[in-house]
Amino acid sequence: MKTRDILQETLSALKSNKIRTGLTMLGIVIGIASVIAMTAIGQGAQNSISSSIESMGANLIIVMPGAQRTFGGGPTASRGGAQSLTLEDAEAIESQVKNISAVVREVSSQKQVVAPGTNTNTSITGTESSYAVVKNIEMAEGTFITDQQVSKTSKVAVLGSTTRDDLFGEGATDIVGEKIRISGTEYTVVGVAEEKGGSGMTNSDDIIYIPYTTAQRYLSGNKYLSRIEISASSSEVSTVVQEDVTALLLAKHNKTSEDADFNTLNQSDILETASDVAGTFTTLLAAIAAISLLVGGIGIMNMMLTTVTERTKEIGLRKAIGAKKRDINLQFLTEATLLTFMGGVIGVILGWVISFAVDYFGITETAVSLSSILLAFGVSAFIGIVFGYYPAQRASKLNPIEALRYE
Amino acid sequence: MIKINDVTKTYFSGNEPFQALKGISFTISAGEFVAIMGPSGSGKSTLMHIIGALDTATSGAYFLDGKDVSKLSDDELADIRKNNIGFVFQSFNLLPRTTVLRNVELPLVYCGVPKEQREKIAKKALQQAGLDESHYNHLSNELSGGQIQRVAIARALVNNPSIILADEPTGNLDTKTGDIVLATFQKLNKEYGRTVVLITHEQDVAEHADRILFIRDGLLIENPKHQKRIASF
Repeated sequence: MKTRDILQETLSALKSNKIRTGLTMLGIVIGIASVIAMTAIGQGAQNSISSSIESMGANLIIVMPGAQRTFGGGPTASRGGAQSLTLEDAEAIESQVKNISAVVREVSSQKQVVAPGTNTNTSITGTESSYAVVKNIEMAEGTFITDQQVSKTSKVAVLGSTTRDDLFGEGATDIVGEKIRISGTEYTVVGVAEEKGGSGMTNSDDIIYIPYTTAQRYLSGNKYLSRIEISASSSEVSTVVQEDVTALLLAKHNKTSEDADFNTLNQSDILETASDVAGTFTTLLAAIAAISLLVGGIGIMNMMLTTVTERTKEIGLRKAIGAKKRDINLQFLTEATLLTFMGGVIGVILGWVISFAVDYFGITETAVSLSSILLAFGVSAFIGIVFGYYPAQRASKLNPIEALRYE
Repeated sequence: MIKINDVTKTYFSGNEPFQALKGISFTISAGEFVAIMGPSGSGKSTLMHIIGALDTATSGAYFLDGKDVSKLSDDELADIRKNNIGFVFQSFNLLPRTTVLRNVELPLVYCGVPKEQREKIAKKALQQAGLDESHYNHLSNELSGGQIQRVAIARALVNNPSIILADEPTGNLDTKTGDIVLATFQKLNKEYGRTVVLITHEQDVAEHADRILFIRDGLLIENPKHQKRIASF
């Protein structure tokens, strides 16, 4: 029997019961589409975590106040919580630790910000000029906070792009010179930062930068820092720098490593932990999707078994006119495989559309990978063969005399 | 053409082995129109299955075109059915929702004949079976019983078999349509020289054949009335 004839037989068999074919295929479509969409969402999350961590800057070591904690608990404790880092600590690091290219002082808080006719709640980061270098901040207009503004405790602000959108409208320009109020104090906008990317909780564009001296005087009212960020001169020395900073601060604070009142984090540690988490997340999503694919496969087997029973007489006839076991086997196997393959194609398209829609409507970033598409195709063909095998075997083993007599 | 020599068939279902054929011998030559007649339970269906290479005998020999068919494997039997035998069934067994042409072409598909050639051969077979050309592209479920059986006859002809084996071909048809179908077999036999073996339990139907083999309780029996009829030929 020729390949073209087998395909023609198969297509006409699938066409003869369109609803059942469609519904069975739907099982595979949903399975494949969810595998594609779920891995795309997981991959997207992984990418967005990596890029937002990378956008924090290169070779970064972060010092935060509070007890030693793991990555998960650290940042929350530092926000306005423990107060142990001072300007003196920052100066000591700057003057005594080797292999560092910049030290950034930060005073963070969450405040209501008022612009003429609107207001928003955003995070205010008091910082200095080196911040822009360490965090790769590009300016859309104006300038970043200067050292002069820091020493003069100027009431100036640089807006993140999201904050600019919230206060002055989507993509507004000519913001420099506008006035905004933070906690009752008026600030002059001196610049707007270029969009950095990142989404959801890790949006680094929903922010206002002001000089750290200004933040200490008008917002926190004390001499403490929320965090100190140190840029190591290269990634090779970042671990050494982290150790040196830890040793220096322990000595300065009269603490041992057991009761330290601060916490240091290396960017590569964060990246590793975060991508581990995202990887687990992706695997979990894919596993759930794979289960639906398996259910779809069982649906195929169910339909094929029904088909074989229904078409017993036809199988008997085919055998009577000379079809061999192999011909019958191949015909039903092709039917199952073609069914899953078509389901796979539609599923890939649907999965792609879902991923695109999820991205387009800003729910979360997605990335459809070629490997997930190839995998989905492979898996769907494999499912067709696996779940079509038993019904096809059953069909091919039918006794022609009994099959012809079957009512 | 067909040489059956002391064929027996025993079924081993249930506790007691059941002997459906108890030693049958006969020959059918090329170009004959033979009816195998007997009441239900006589073993005529079993005999038909053996002649049609759907089943093998328990003992005895069966030669088809000089070839011993009695001890072949399943796949070898399938080849015999494909090349040497054309079946016509009581219940027609056409593929539903499939065109007349496609139904007739089906045996050629398993022979690996290319599509263009298949259509030509199928049309010729349909002409011989006496089906009007206007029906060729109709779906099989749009035809009447008589037309369906003629499509089935065309399907049996299409692979140019040594014998056409018709199992109660008129069983599901009314007398008038049945007569037309039987006339078709006679025409195929007389005009185109086809060897036709007709299995039936009805005397009227069997009498359309040139020779009748009576079977009862697994054995061929003499029928005086039948002998007389042969003699008068």
